[in-house]
Amino acid sequence: MTRYAMVIDTRLCIGCGDCVVACKNENRVPAGLNRDWVVERTSGAWPRLETEFRSERCNHCDHATCVQACPTGASHHWGDTNVVLVNPDQCTGCKACIAACPYDARYITPEGYIDKCTFCHHRVEQGLDPACVATCPTRCMHFGRLDDPRSRVAQLLRERNGETLKPETGNLPNVYYLK
Amino acid sequence: MKRRQFLKISGMLGLGAAGGSLLSGCGERPLPGTGTVISTPTICNMCFWKCAGWTHTENGRPWKLTGHPHDLHSNGRLCTRGTAGLGAYADRDRLRQPLMRVEEGGRQRFEPVSWEQALDFIAERMQAIGETHGRDRLALLSHGSGGAHFRTLLRAFGAWTEAQPSYAQCRGPRQVAFALTYGEDVGSPDRTDMAHADCIVLIGSHIGENLHNGQVQTLAQALERGASLITVDPRFSVAAGKSKYWLPIQAGTDLALLLAWMNVLINEGLYDRDYVARHTTGFEQLREHVQPFNPEWAYLETGLEPALIRDTAREMARHAPAALVHPGRHTTWYGDDTQRERAIAILNALLGSWGRKGGFYRPEKTPLAKFPLPDFPKPASDWKKRIQAEHPLAPKGISQKVVEAAIGADAFVKGLFVYATNLPMTIPGIAPKLEQAAQDLELFVAVDTLPMEVTGYADVILPECTYLERYDDLRNAPEREPSLALRMPAFPPLGQTQPAWWMAKELSKRLGLEAWFPYQDYKDVLDWQLQQAGSSLEEMQRLGVKRFPRTTPLYFEPDEMPEFRTPSGKIELYSSLLADYGYDPLPRYTPPEQPGEGFYRLIYGRAPAHTFGSTTNNPQLFELMPENTLWINPRIAGDHGLKSGQAVRLRNPEGVRSNPVRVRVTERIGPADLFMVHGFGHTAAGLRLTKGVGANDTALMHNIKIDPIAGSTGMRANFVALEKA
Repeated sequence: MTRYAMVIDTRLCIGCGDCVVACKNENRVPAGLNRDWVVERTSGAWPRLETEFRSERCNHCDHATCVQACPTGASHHWGDTNVVLVNPDQCTGCKACIAACPYDARYITPEGYIDKCTFCHHRVEQGLDPACVATCPTRCMHFGRLDDPRSRVAQLLRERNGETLKPETGNLPNVYYLK
Repeated sequence: MKRRQFLKISGMLGLGAAGGSLLSGCGERPLPGTGTVISTPTICNMCFWKCAGWTHTENGRPWKLTGHPHDLHSNGRLCTRGTAGLGAYADRDRLRQPLMRVEEGGRQRFEPVSWEQALDFIAERMQAIGETHGRDRLALLSHGSGGAHFRTLLRAFGAWTEAQPSYAQCRGPRQVAFALTYGEDVGSPDRTDMAHADCIVLIGSHIGENLHNGQVQTLAQALERGASLITVDPRFSVAAGKSKYWLPIQAGTDLALLLAWMNVLINEGLYDRDYVARHTTGFEQLREHVQPFNPEWAYLETGLEPALIRDTAREMARHAPAALVHPGRHTTWYGDDTQRERAIAILNALLGSWGRKGGFYRPEKTPLAKFPLPDFPKPASDWKKRIQAEHPLAPKGISQKVVEAAIGADAFVKGLFVYATNLPMTIPGIAPKLEQAAQDLELFVAVDTLPMEVTGYADVILPECTYLERYDDLRNAPEREPSLALRMPAFPPLGQTQPAWWMAKELSKRLGLEAWFPYQDYKDVLDWQLQQAGSSLEEMQRLGVKRFPRTTPLYFEPDEMPEFRTPSGKIELYSSLLADYGYDPLPRYTPPEQPGEGFYRLIYGRAPAHTFGSTTNNPQLFELMPENTLWINPRIAGDHGLKSGQAVRLRNPEGVRSNPVRVRVTERIGPADLFMVHGFGHTAAGLRLTKGVGANDTALMHNIKIDPIAGSTGMRANFVALEKA
């Protein structure tokens, strides 16, 4: 299986939202909806503080509860990869996947089907990074194949501690945050 | 009856449906980029950083903007605002046709007119001003590329008065201070070599929140390499959160810290002795000057522990000369700003960082021939002496002085052109003066893409097309490597909008000044210039960016004795010029004013989603960040019974109240200050998204501190009280 992962260095992320705007243009995401978003978390008390910014999105889980929850097979893994896609023609808009997603990464489009981050698989097919990764001014975002030990993402996760969000769900998410 | 009632362009005037399909979904759901994609080069105009990039259309529809991989400003990555540039094109509130003020039955309003009518009117008024008062009595206030064409027009006419708020409301003190010290400015893009720095000091410069693209990129590179970052800020900025040392200084005391750092570097012998001996003058005077300002003295001013001041000075010295104290960019704070910037310049000289790797590199432009034009007629007067004589060292026009020079029956300025700069939200305290000037001026022209507040004062509003619909001058910016970049239209101009060069050229025909516009299309000028540089317009339409080899070393050579363009030819630690003009030749600290009982200092800054008020109506950026919030420390919020999300109004000591603004209770701001992002609180009726949303810091500024040297407006001595909304 080909495992695509995103590795985001929170030490470099400035929370600028460029990833959000790039995604919206690249994928023509309707106004008011987002496939990715930025979270800011500040801890401590003045003046001993820490702030972390995280660009979040679908985690393209190996064990994707959204795929399991989908009654029509519209939510599926893309070929032999962990990339989770939705086939709009099969989607009935029942929202079972929205309830099953631990990351609140899915939305319903004005046309009535469910949509979400695709890891820009149309770009990945061409050997390009997802639009968010490609535009990030601090280069805090990395994308690649975890099953390739020579990839930058694999290397970064060997060198530094990478944490995923809500690993306790057992979904085996594939977006990592470097602390 | 007022000669000019302030007019708000209503949303109804000549506005149809905009290209609003930009963000809508697509029926057939083909994968992005599988249609016919056309990419044209552009230079971003969403801020002054001017990144080169590509505008992409798919099947004839706007798709996206991306950075140009060969461009040193962007390195292939546009920032948040640049990526959202299509929002500026698709903004449904754009100006679409010329508007003129008309009066009917005592009521004034703007009426759509033809270009012919608008330009005839302007030319007639210009001629009348020339005949009645003199041809030197017109002025230009501008920001951005198109202003150059109006400059040419006015100079050809005989009028040289010009200012850009980027001087007196932003970079002025830095420009003056570095010119006094090193004989030249830091420039834009800032020549900081952060890519190679091992220690970077930010003083009130919130890089990351100000998304100056290339600069943010090099700071990130430095952090990735493990460079140590020292951030001085009364707010826990994004950069502070990435820093090895954060110095939560008491606002306004930066110069005390800078003097103490110099004291430590000199008294502990940590400065670069060889560099100082070879390249500077005035070290002995400086050494003597800083003796009283030890870290213990600075502690009482800044609230920073003496040990922290010493540690950070030693940290800089350990990494010098690859240690740079960033000069910042928006430097108009407390009125002693040139002196603070001088202190920064001097500190860098002590570290030996100017001209050194990891400090400040030597930027280089491409030699680019100027399109041949006749000499301009000699102006009839020395406009700087007329309007800003009290600031003889100011190298540029002082924007608020230009407006002030338009007030009164015997005013110097009788006609004003305002190009793409929204004065009421840019210059503090200018609104009442602008109101007065508008009564006295015989011609007021505003050129803009949107019905910004400033257009409400104008006689004539000329609608410019956006940067995605026009050619502009080539970008030839001083950089690490010389390059040229092209902006070309990706779309035809919306409605009747036109580029600035066309407007100025059309006016020139009516004024007998065609000789200064000897081209059919501005493309002719670009092609001619490019041919001289060994390229062509055709080549640049394909390449977008062309790099050229450097002809000088990037840094000082080991044995080089560079000639600095100062009176002594050296780096002037002690400024002889300042002494000659009666200013302090060495930086002297003035304690900042403190707020009265019940008041807090209002500090303002940037957010990465916006370029001040110029982008808040951009639909893409509005969606990302629709409003500003008032940052308030939990303790102060508790005192006032405020919770995050609640709305308050701010009241200044003169009773001016802001719009309601939502509170953001956060530890990231200390208990003495309040913070908000600048650029919100628009009042222009035609800005349908952003009007009335958020609070306007500029409108609350009551205590404007004029820098005696630069003539700039210090804006951080403003205090506000909180009122529940």
